[in-house]
Amino acid sequence: MHETAFQIFVNALLANNFVLAMFLGLCPFLGVSGKLDTAFPMGVATTFVMLVASLCAYGLNLLLGYFHLEFLRLISYIVIIASSVQLVEMVLKKYSPALFRALGIYLPLITTNCAVLGVALFQTAREYDFVQSVTFSVGGGAGFTLALVLMASVRERLQLSNVPDLAQGTALSLMLAGILSLSFMGFAGLGG
Amino acid sequence: MNPTTAKTWDEFMEGIWRQNPVFVMVLGMCPTLAVTVSAVNALSMGLATLFVLVCSCGLVSMMRKVVPKEVRIAVYIVIIATFVTVVDYAIQAISLALYDALGAFIQLIVVNCIILGRAEAHAAKNPPVPAMINATGMGIGFIIGLFALGAVREILGAGALFGVSLFGSNFQPWVIMVLPPGGFFVLGGWLLLFSWVERRKRRKQSGKLGEATQNA
Repeated sequence: MHETAFQIFVNALLANNFVLAMFLGLCPFLGVSGKLDTAFPMGVATTFVMLVASLCAYGLNLLLGYFHLEFLRLISYIVIIASSVQLVEMVLKKYSPALFRALGIYLPLITTNCAVLGVALFQTAREYDFVQSVTFSVGGGAGFTLALVLMASVRERLQLSNVPDLAQGTALSLMLAGILSLSFMGFAGLGG
Repeated sequence: MNPTTAKTWDEFMEGIWRQNPVFVMVLGMCPTLAVTVSAVNALSMGLATLFVLVCSCGLVSMMRKVVPKEVRIAVYIVIIATFVTVVDYAIQAISLALYDALGAFIQLIVVNCIILGRAEAHAAKNPPVPAMINATGMGIGFIIGLFALGAVREILGAGALFGVSLFGSNFQPWVIMVLPPGGFFVLGGWLLLFSWVERRKRRKQSGKLGEATQNA
């Protein structure tokens, strides 16, 4: 593992984009990408949860390794993620009620976003150290936000165009995602 | 068919056709698209999900009167995570190659919305046996969806099915189909096909209706 922090960041952001290349976090990607106004805050909130979850998972992994309890990893990760989402929710509610209301139902749903659990699992599998874990989670979150914002912008434009009835809805979003994913393949090898 | 069997059958079939998790409800997309590069991967992922789904729905349903409402989601998640850990270790013991191919996506079954959705929407309100029957239907529906994707992607992208070459050595594989964009395209294609069939059926019905009114 001699990846520099910069390589990890670029890889997670573009070349191995969480949504478009690794298929993580597709549910919010397809569900929340209808409007640009909700897509961006959702991306930022998810990034924040990813960062918190990644920090906690790093510490927890050390603890589990110390006590030789690796088989409890999955269960404790998911509990940690659920509680950090709860924490973010409470902090937001206290200090920024406006943003809390804007995000609404999407906030608790971050718990079941596989991108968050994915960050924790991948950083463990690849044995990243502390700095690497942090850059990985921030890069992954930024990549998620980027994909969400791109998709939302395209879908907003698409509402004005004339699409065959047959292709309306999910099929159209999937085709769009395919084309986006195709263009992101151009970044392959960028992070070295 | 007497009413009880009919109802059971209906609950079983619900997940396979009317509410197919992949094609109708579009749930559990992440594993669906990520592991379906070949038919074998798709089937084993489907089986793993089926096992977790049936076991956790059974357990959730048994505990539905004990668990307080406020903490139910957390309890469900812990139950699901337990069974996923079991599956994770089992696959690792059975086939290491398969374990490497599926990678982190076995553990990501925990956050598959199909399972939590079934636990919350069905198992928490019904006794164990119907809950497990319904879960089996859903799981089989999920396997069918995964297989439909995996088979198409393997045939187009590698010219093979279950690792057996289909078209001989002259076939030029359509590599994009086994790469990430192919997953989106194939699923989009299936959805288009289904909506086309649905619309044709509806048009035929309304056509018949029109004829009937004319004749009368």
